[in-house]
Amino acid sequence: MAEVLVLVDHVDGEVKKVTYELLTAARRIGEPSAVVVGEPGTAGKLAEGLAAYGAAKVYAAESEQAGRFLVTPQVDVLAQLVDSASPAAVLVPASIDGKEIAGRLAVRLGSGLLSEVVDLDAEGVGSHSLFGGTFDAKAKVTRGTPVITVLPGAVEAEQAAGAAATEQVEVAGVDEAKAAKITGRQPAEAGDRPELTEASVVVSGGRGVGSAESFEVVEKLADSLGAAVGASRAAVDSGYYPHQFQVGQTGKTVSPQLYIALGISGAIQHRAGMQTSKTIVAVNKDPEAPIFEIADYGVVGDLFQVAPQLTEEITKRKG
Amino acid sequence: MNIVVLVKQVPDTYSERKLSEADHTLDRESADAVLDEINERAVEEALQIKEAQGGEVTVLCMGPDRATDAIRKALSMGADAAVHVCDEALHGTDALGTARVLAAAIGTVDSVDLVIAGNEATDGRSGAVPAMVAELLGWPQLTYARKVEVEGSTVRVERETDAGIVSLEAAAPAVVSVTEKINEPRYPSFKGIMAAKKKPVTTLGLAEVGVDAAVVGLSGAGSQVVSSAPTPPKSAGEKVTDEGQGGVAIVEFLAGQKLV
Ligand SMILES: Cc1cc2nc3c(=O)[nH]c(=O)nc-3n(C[C@H](O)[C@H](O)[C@H](O)COP(=O)(O)OP(=O)(O)OC[C@H]3O[C@@H](n4cnc5c(N)ncnc54)[C@H](O)[C@@H]3O)c2cc1C
Ligand SMILES: Nc1ncnc2c1ncn2[C@@H]1O[C@H](COP(=O)(O)O)[C@@H](O)[C@H]1O
Repeated sequence: MAEVLVLVDHVDGEVKKVTYELLTAARRIGEPSAVVVGEPGTAGKLAEGLAAYGAAKVYAAESEQAGRFLVTPQVDVLAQLVDSASPAAVLVPASIDGKEIAGRLAVRLGSGLLSEVVDLDAEGVGSHSLFGGTFDAKAKVTRGTPVITVLPGAVEAEQAAGAAATEQVEVAGVDEAKAAKITGRQPAEAGDRPELTEASVVVSGGRGVGSAESFEVVEKLADSLGAAVGASRAAVDSGYYPHQFQVGQTGKTVSPQLYIALGISGAIQHRAGMQTSKTIVAVNKDPEAPIFEIADYGVVGDLFQVAPQLTEEITKRKG
Repeated sequence: MNIVVLVKQVPDTYSERKLSEADHTLDRESADAVLDEINERAVEEALQIKEAQGGEVTVLCMGPDRATDAIRKALSMGADAAVHVCDEALHGTDALGTARVLAAAIGTVDSVDLVIAGNEATDGRSGAVPAMVAELLGWPQLTYARKVEVEGSTVRVERETDAGIVSLEAAAPAVVSVTEKINEPRYPSFKGIMAAKKKPVTTLGLAEVGVDAAVVGLSGAGSQVVSSAPTPPKSAGEKVTDEGQGGVAIVEFLAGQKLV
C-alpha cells in the first residue's frame, strides 16, 4: 500500500488532536506515515499517540533549528521525504502554519494543492465548504503528488493500531538568508476551556454584551456547558474580547453541535463563520435581527436576563 | 524602502457569492466587486512605512479588466503607481498559478525591498499566496503580522496565530502579510481621488510578465473541481419572546434536542 505523509501538529511534547483526524483520513488513501519536525527528542514523546491512531511509520526529523525558523524547516523535510518515499499524498493540518507549509511545498514540488478540505475519499477527492458554508464543491489534484490541507474538526478521529516504526531523517540545514528567524514566543493561554475550533459547544457574545466586564455573562454560560467562548468582530473591535476568539469571515470558522449567540445581530460575515453549526440558539432584543433567520431556537429578550437564568438552569440540571 | 503591495479585487462579502455552473470558477458577475478590506490595511501599512522612511509604493493586482476600480482605490489612498496583470488566459487560475504570476510581476518593478500582502483573501481564503510568493522569490516570509517594524534593512513583525504570538526577524527583501489587527486604513481624500486618475498604471499580459500559459488558467491548475452546488439554506426555527422565562425555555428546547 502506498505511503501517505501526515505532518504532525504538536506542542509541548503533545500531539494535537487534528493530527489524529489527519491519520484517520490518510488511512482511506493508503498507509499513514507521521512526520515529526521538532527539536531533538520530540518524536519519542509522540510515538505512542501516533501508533494509537494508525501511524505505520514515524519519520523523526529532529534538529535544533526546527523551532528557530518559520515554516521553512517543515517544508524542507516534507519535500525531502516526498522525494525519497514517493507518497500517494501529503496531508497537512489547515492551521495558519499548515496552510503556508502546504502552499510552499506545492510550489516546490510543482504539485496541485487542495486547501481546507472537510472530507476526503479513497480516490483523493476532497470536499470543500465555500463562502461560509453556502456552497459545496469537490475537487481532486491532477498534477504531481497531491498536497492537501484538512480543516481541524472536520474528520472524526478513529483509533487503529499502527506499528509507528521510527525512522530518523537526516535534516539539511535551513538556508538562513531565505527564512525568517523566530526571536520570541508568547504561547496562547490555553486556559481550561476547549479550543474554539474543536469545541462541541460554542457560546459567543457580540456588541450587545456592552463591555469587557460583562463578557463574564458569556463566560459563565460557556463554563456551565463546558463550551468555548467566541465573539463577533464588533465585540473584538470594541475591546470586549481578544482577537483570537473572533468567529466569522475573517475569524474562525466553527461548526459545533450547539452554537449560542448572545447580543449578535447575525451579519453575513458573522454567519459565514458559524452557520454550519448543527443547532443554533440566539438571544437578541431586536426581533428583526438577522440571526433569527438561521436560529433553530430564538429568544427575543435581554441577554442579561436570559443568559444568567439559562446558566442557573443548566447548573441545576447537572447538580 | 520600495514596497509592492499585493491587492486583490473580491466579491463584496455583503453580497451573495457563488460558483458559475459552467466551469465552477468564482462567478464574478453575480456580486459587487470591491478592493478586499484586508488589502486596504496592507496599503495603509506600506504608506506608513513610506511616510517614515521614503521610497515608492507600487500596488500589484492580478485580475480582470474591472479590477482597475480596486487599483484606483489603492492609488487614491496614496500609492504611487500600479501594475495590473490582466489576460484572458488567467481565468480560473489557482493559488499556485496566481503566486507564479505575482512573483514574476514583482520582478518587473525596480529594486523592491518589501512585498506587503493581506494574510488571507475573503473569497478564496487560501491564506497561502504570500507564503508561496516568498517561496518563489527565495525571500524570507514574515506573515500574519499584527505589527510591523522596519529599521534599516531589518524587518521585524509580531505574527499572531492560534498558537500565540511569535516574534520574527529577517533582512529585506522580504514578504510580509498583515492581519485585520494591523491598523485602521485611511479614507481616500478628494485630492487623493483626483490625483489617482493621473497616476501610472502599467497593464501587463501574461507574455510580458514571462509566465508560461501552461501553468495558469483552468487548464493549468494543479487541481480540478469535479462538482459544486449551493448548500441548502438553513431555515429559521421557533422564536419566542422572553417574558421572564426565556432561559428556562432554552433549556427545555436543548433537552428536547438531547443537547443537555
Ligand atoms: C470584510 C469584512 C469582514 C468581516 N468579518 C467579520 C467576522 O469575521 N466576524 C464578525 O462577527 N463580523 C465580521 N464583520 C463585521 C460584520 O459586518 C458586523 O459588523 C459584525 O458581525 C457585527 O457584530 P455584532 O453582531 O456583535 O454587532 P451589532 O451588529 O451591533 O449587533 C449587536 C446586537 O446586539 C443586540 N443587543 C444589544 N443589547 C442587547 C441586550 N442587552 N440583549 C440582547 N441583545 C442585545 C442588538 O439588538 C444587535 O442586534 C466583517 C465585515 C467586513 C466588511
Ligand atoms: N490575484 C491577486 N492579485 C494580487 N494579490 C493577490 C491576488 N491573490 C492573492 N493576493 C494577495 O495574497 C493575499 C492572500 O490571499 P490568499 O492567499 O488567496 O488568501 C491577498 O490579501 C493579496 O494581498
